[in-house]
Amino acid sequence: MAVGTTERGALTHPDVHRLDDVNRDVLKMLTVPGKGWWMLFGMCVAGVGLFLTAWFWQIYKGIGVSGLMSPVGWGVYITTFVFWVGIAHSGTLISAILFLFRAPWRQSIYRAAEAMTVFAVMTAGLFPLIHVGRVWHAYWLIPYPNSRFLWPNFKSPLVWDVFAVTTYFTVSAVFFYLGTIPDVAAARDRATGLRRKLYSVISLGWQGTDRQWHHFGKAYIFLAALATPLVLSVHSVVSWDFAMSIVPGWHATIFAPYFVAGAIFSGVAMVITLVVPLRKIFGLEAYLTTKHFDAMAKLCLFTSLIVFYAYLSEFFLAWYSGEDPERHAFWNRLFGTYWWATWTMLVCNGFVPVMLWFKRVRHSIPALFVISIFINIGMWFERYVIVVTSLHNEYEPFAWGVYRPSIVEMSIMVGSFFWFGFWFLLFTRLLPPIAIQELKEVLPPPMRKKKSSEAAEAH
Amino acid sequence: MSAQGILASYEYLDSTVDAIENLKKAGFDDIKAYAPYPEHHIEHALGYGQSPVRVWTLVGALTGTSTAFAFTSWTSVEWPLVVGGKPIISIPAFIPIVFEMSVLFGALATVIGLFVLSKLPNVKPAVVYDPEFTAGRYGVYVEADGSRLEEARKIMNAEEPIELREGAADA
Repeated sequence: MAVGTTERGALTHPDVHRLDDVNRDVLKMLTVPGKGWWMLFGMCVAGVGLFLTAWFWQIYKGIGVSGLMSPVGWGVYITTFVFWVGIAHSGTLISAILFLFRAPWRQSIYRAAEAMTVFAVMTAGLFPLIHVGRVWHAYWLIPYPNSRFLWPNFKSPLVWDVFAVTTYFTVSAVFFYLGTIPDVAAARDRATGLRRKLYSVISLGWQGTDRQWHHFGKAYIFLAALATPLVLSVHSVVSWDFAMSIVPGWHATIFAPYFVAGAIFSGVAMVITLVVPLRKIFGLEAYLTTKHFDAMAKLCLFTSLIVFYAYLSEFFLAWYSGEDPERHAFWNRLFGTYWWATWTMLVCNGFVPVMLWFKRVRHSIPALFVISIFINIGMWFERYVIVVTSLHNEYEPFAWGVYRPSIVEMSIMVGSFFWFGFWFLLFTRLLPPIAIQELKEVLPPPMRKKKSSEAAEAH
Repeated sequence: MSAQGILASYEYLDSTVDAIENLKKAGFDDIKAYAPYPEHHIEHALGYGQSPVRVWTLVGALTGTSTAFAFTSWTSVEWPLVVGGKPIISIPAFIPIVFEMSVLFGALATVIGLFVLSKLPNVKPAVVYDPEFTAGRYGVYVEADGSRLEEARKIMNAEEPIELREGAADA
């Protein structure tokens, strides 16, 4: 990963010379929908229909239509919740952490990654509500003064999670919105009619004056600095939902860093999955080069090593602890009822990413796309393994059981991908999906006097 | 309040910076610059220091910290329940909530600070404004009238602007 200062012209685009070339290429995406986009959008609308139908059916019939039954009270819904929260993380990594580190390859992808964060947290946030069954009581999660003088138990990791996820959603949405303001202003200045009115409202009358840029730059840095520890805390808190209990297979101190690495791993893979078609549909080859894909692939490889190391150390510690329930939990993972889920996870997250060691693979966009899909599948199964295999065999053999996801659960899980896609596709058409102003920052500025760059530098 | 002024659009960054510096030398103080991206040479020429946004961030974050700590403790004391053998006010168990609220309040205060300081939302946009400022041009606006206006025009013209326009812009 090339980490350095945001040097002028650090990222040269062979087809982009002038500042307004960026406007031309990015704003073009907002005007031409194209057949590919409409086909994908149609699919997503149908999928959202499936999602809502399944959910309404569960609300109508009750939580019994899911496969959740003692001893497995957490199943596909919690698995998918953790999956989507994890997906969100790399968006903040790319937009905030790599911003603070001044990684010069982030500019082209960060807007799409950040949108992914917002929509993934939005999707994730639905799952606890789906999971609790009686969704009309969801407001009980929020501490509010009620007639019974009852407050949530602030010592519970589940309440921490409510605070972590809602804070994460709010902060990432605000961060995302703030970053789009100057770009929406750019869209406003080129648009006509209804769109112009809409963009005028969204951009809040931004004009790019010195005073606006001055405070904007500082505010952006502080938001990035706040989002950085936030993103690390959110998946740590999610991991404590498990690690704070005494269930064998969950009760481990390694969980927080292990979950955070897994989150970034799955999230970067999801960015690749989303950006490859985006690049194709909108013809953004000049902005999303092999350099970007190479950097993302390296990030995937690095986090895959951490995740695989965590798997191995979990198995080792289970053996080393000498605890029978702990040893059984991990033996059961590899060779028990759900052996197929564990081996899918190991192959997709541990073995497939090994291919990323080769430069030829990292530079082949079709190969990266396929590998990223494997990682997405593997990371979903990782959460499934953690949630389900740990619960179905706890301490007492008479209380063991087998969980089978019902068709309603699977429909909601599959539907959530379309729900996410629905918002993401709308985003690519309504807001500039590539950060216009940040790309301009890394283009060489136009100079009248050829040698004046040193003179300007001297000021 | 709007006064008479003059707006120059420039194609080049160095022309813009030179125009600002020459205007400053000639004693013009009320200069407004436009740019398609944050340009620190322009900020430098205008003599900006530290942005007070950071005070908003700090105050917001500390408000979040104290609010969350007070709230978790107060609700625990109001109806004391021993959970998991922990003390009623278990500070380590409240840290995640305290942390999240610090970040939330800090982030929201930063955005409010930004809006207040940069006067957003700007419901009354400037009358003289070039839509090219969000594309690829730089702009310099100076408020002046009479002979001062002519003097500013001369300085701005020396840097070969694409366009010069007179009119009023909101300060």
